[in-house]
Amino acid sequence: MPILSIMILLPVFAALALVVLPGVDAPRARLVALVITLIEFVLGLLLWQGFDVAGPAFQFVEKLPLFAPYLDWHLGIDGIALMLILLSVFLMPLCILASWQSVEKRVPDYMAAFLVMESLMIGTFAARDIFLFYVFFEAGLIPMFLIIGIWGGARRIYASYKFFLYTLLGSVLMLVAMIYMVGEAGSTDIGVLSTHDFDVHAQIWLFLAFFASFAVKMPMWPVHTWLPDAHVEAPTAGSVILAGVLLKLGGYGFVRFSLPMFPDASAQLIWLVFGLSMVAVVYTSLVALVQNDMKKLIAYSSVAHMAFVTAGLFALNTQGIEGSLVMMLSHGLVSGALFLCVGIVYDRLHSREIARYGGLADTMPRYALLLLFFTMASVGLPATSGFVAEFLVLIGLYQTSTWATLIMTTGIILGAAYMLWMYRRIAFGAAAGDDTRAMPDLDWREIAILAPIAAAVLWMGIYPKTFQAPMRPAIATIVARLDGRALATLPTDMTLSPALPALASPAAAAEAQR
Amino acid sequence: MHPTLISIQIAAPEAVLTAGVLLTLMLGTFGGGDRALRWLTYVSVLILAIAGFALLDQPAGIQRGFDGLYVADAFSGYLKIIILIAAAASMLLALPYLKDVKTGRFEYPVLLMLATLGMCMMVSADDMLSLYIGLELTSLASYVLAAFHRGESRSAEAGLKYFVLGALASGILLYGITLVYGFTGTTGFAGIRDVLAGQQERSLGALIGLVFILSGLAFKISAVPFHMWVPDVYDGAPTPVAAFFSAAPKAAALGLMVRVLVQGFGPMSVDWQQIIVFLSLASMLLGATGAIGQTRVKRLLAYSSIANIGFALVGLAAASPQGIEALLFYISVYVTMTLGSFLVVLQLRRADGAPVELISDLSGLSKTRPALAWGLLIFMLSLAGIPPLLGFWPKFAVFQAAIAAGFLPLAVIGFIASVIAAFYYLRIIKVMFFDDPDVVVTSDGGRTNGAMIAGAALFCSPLGMLVMTPLVAAAGRAAAVLFLAGG
Repeated sequence: MPILSIMILLPVFAALALVVLPGVDAPRARLVALVITLIEFVLGLLLWQGFDVAGPAFQFVEKLPLFAPYLDWHLGIDGIALMLILLSVFLMPLCILASWQSVEKRVPDYMAAFLVMESLMIGTFAARDIFLFYVFFEAGLIPMFLIIGIWGGARRIYASYKFFLYTLLGSVLMLVAMIYMVGEAGSTDIGVLSTHDFDVHAQIWLFLAFFASFAVKMPMWPVHTWLPDAHVEAPTAGSVILAGVLLKLGGYGFVRFSLPMFPDASAQLIWLVFGLSMVAVVYTSLVALVQNDMKKLIAYSSVAHMAFVTAGLFALNTQGIEGSLVMMLSHGLVSGALFLCVGIVYDRLHSREIARYGGLADTMPRYALLLLFFTMASVGLPATSGFVAEFLVLIGLYQTSTWATLIMTTGIILGAAYMLWMYRRIAFGAAAGDDTRAMPDLDWREIAILAPIAAAVLWMGIYPKTFQAPMRPAIATIVARLDGRALATLPTDMTLSPALPALASPAAAAEAQR
Repeated sequence: MHPTLISIQIAAPEAVLTAGVLLTLMLGTFGGGDRALRWLTYVSVLILAIAGFALLDQPAGIQRGFDGLYVADAFSGYLKIIILIAAAASMLLALPYLKDVKTGRFEYPVLLMLATLGMCMMVSADDMLSLYIGLELTSLASYVLAAFHRGESRSAEAGLKYFVLGALASGILLYGITLVYGFTGTTGFAGIRDVLAGQQERSLGALIGLVFILSGLAFKISAVPFHMWVPDVYDGAPTPVAAFFSAAPKAAALGLMVRVLVQGFGPMSVDWQQIIVFLSLASMLLGATGAIGQTRVKRLLAYSSIANIGFALVGLAAASPQGIEALLFYISVYVTMTLGSFLVVLQLRRADGAPVELISDLSGLSKTRPALAWGLLIFMLSLAGIPPLLGFWPKFAVFQAAIAAGFLPLAVIGFIASVIAAFYYLRIIKVMFFDDPDVVVTSDGGRTNGAMIAGAALFCSPLGMLVMTPLVAAAGRAAAVLFLAGG
């Protein structure tokens, strides 16, 4: 059964039906969207179940020369893609549920946009043809543009333009690089390109072209400015998808393209990535500290978390990459949940101002509990997924650059500061007004949205092996590809603890994985 | 058989069109006048279809007629199909409009067919003289079409402007042809190529002639810096005429340019490549930036067509079979996108019955006319070159050819221009989808136009990617023939 094709095409057809068929009203559109996303989730579980960790690197491979001569319909997933697809199909039904009541305008179109979005996200992760990847990667702009522009807040038009043009500009440079690479290697197959040794000098330029795209998508400082705008203006479910999955496309791009295709350039340019990540984590954390808008605060915290992802990936060793991938999954869940939490109170009070809230621990105890849980997960409390991720990233990073580790660690402290302070202002103290005090606590629908995420966060925090094991063979391949490349000289000689137990070298770790 | 008869047989589509023009002219003059517009249009479309069948009926391979003035090959065949389809669509789409504005004169389809005849001759020209005749036939019919709203001063102005500038361009072109004739001693493309290839050093006279010829042709395809007439003429001319101008003549003139440069001036490719690179860069950038401030739909589409010509020229700049293949692919998709956009605009009427001309008239269209809004959304995103819409792939193809030919900076600048251009295409989407309706817009255009919009939208939508393979293969065959003969 071509399960990946079905997963990609099913939501598109459903979306078409929602837009084209007459007599589709809001309740039917909601129901159709929920059913389709649940089917997608089940299909995702089938993928997980059918995925053989000890099997070939890429499974569920489909290849049809549908679009010759430019590209093939070529799909396949490894463990990394599997996990990210699972994240997408897991979040999607929750997004539909979250928009159940808050979206009343043009519901069929809204649901159609989300279904198309889902199909494009799955396609991006499953593509094995470089141009097919590009198509899915870029096409995601269209539904997101419409989601922000039609259903967004007051400054939605500015935000939608900024989002679209920023990401498009980054992507076209990547496209030029892709065309060049395909011309050099003579194949559009990502697998072939990943093993092709490009000229070291060309690699630097190719790396930078891809970097332009992924850094914007990620987003990394200083090209992160579209993110707070897009988040603030997007409807709640749009923010969840944006933070939960779309930001992961940048990290996925680094793992899938930059690291294996340009290993020399990656090793040479770690100073660039570390530099930007270090600035990002400190700067955006400080910016998050002074935000009055809840969504903006979480948006800036996303940028800081994404800086951990980039720093971990470019530690170029097993722990760092694995930590980054877990961070991507964890952040997808946690930031998604936090945006949902903001959405819940926004639906009641129609304000995102932190100052408009207060005392929710008294008036909305269930809400305050769940918000506390996700706040802690965001800070990286042990037993939540955030801890596993941050810990692995820092271990990996320590082996490559102790200085970078030192600065990144301050990000954790700052992260705790802004998250806890936000929680204090929202949940403790006195309610800001009578309307705040009168807000009802969570209903069953809202609990049904947040509880599965909480369970997943705990699972990933307590027994992360479930999620790590499928990714390990893929990570080992990448690390083996990076092994022995000349690193850029970095100030790595600040040895804080000479007695740190020697971790297995990347090569040995890769060997052990086989 | 007499050689002339054989030549006429080779030029069967043109023969059909010639007879058709005369026939419809007679029918219109003696058979009913302006009241006959509707069925005369259908007869004209039928004649175009017959010409199309005559075209498909032709044997494969390269056939020359009229002593080397005329050539029929896969290249001309590919372009003629595009031209005939675009011309037929331009005739049909005008019907509701002409009926509404009460200038429904029967000459419209006749003039259009005359222009089509000229365009078919252009792409089949194998000699400077037949090139010029074809070009002038098209241009003269176009001048009249631009001024078709006799009573309206804007239309008359457009016609006059087009005529004066067009005549100037024709003069420059003719001067270039005489120079080339003077320095090579021939007007046939094959002859020019042989003389140029035999020369030890580059002939300065022929080079100047080449520059003049290119200037004249650049005017016809509206490449920057010869684009000044385009926004005014598009805006002033009746909308169906503007739709026609933006599609078929562009295809014909680009095809003509390709054949002249690749076949006639093949040995001088290094020289003309520089010029084409400049034309294409300037067109892409000016087309992208010039449209940003526009408030009128037709002017915006005019700049869009300038930018698109720039993108298509990237394929010619590569001067490789791959590049020409990409260019031909580009033309076919571009013609569909632009005709589709004009069709949507033509469908819309303001409350007072006047055609929609301002971008702000489109506001909230997604609520009042969702089907048209979705159609225009597809065309705009396709023109902007956002995957997976079909409009992305020709852009991709031309830049792939350019990169393969070593024009990496051209590709980078071109892609950046496409991002700038995306801004104004997005603006139309923004107006349609994000803004609230403030003008009452009705749609009126009949079922034919609706069906054409649906067809064009389907072609430009991701579904169009499924027909990409045969389309590109046909373009590839057409491009290969050019280099076969040239080599």
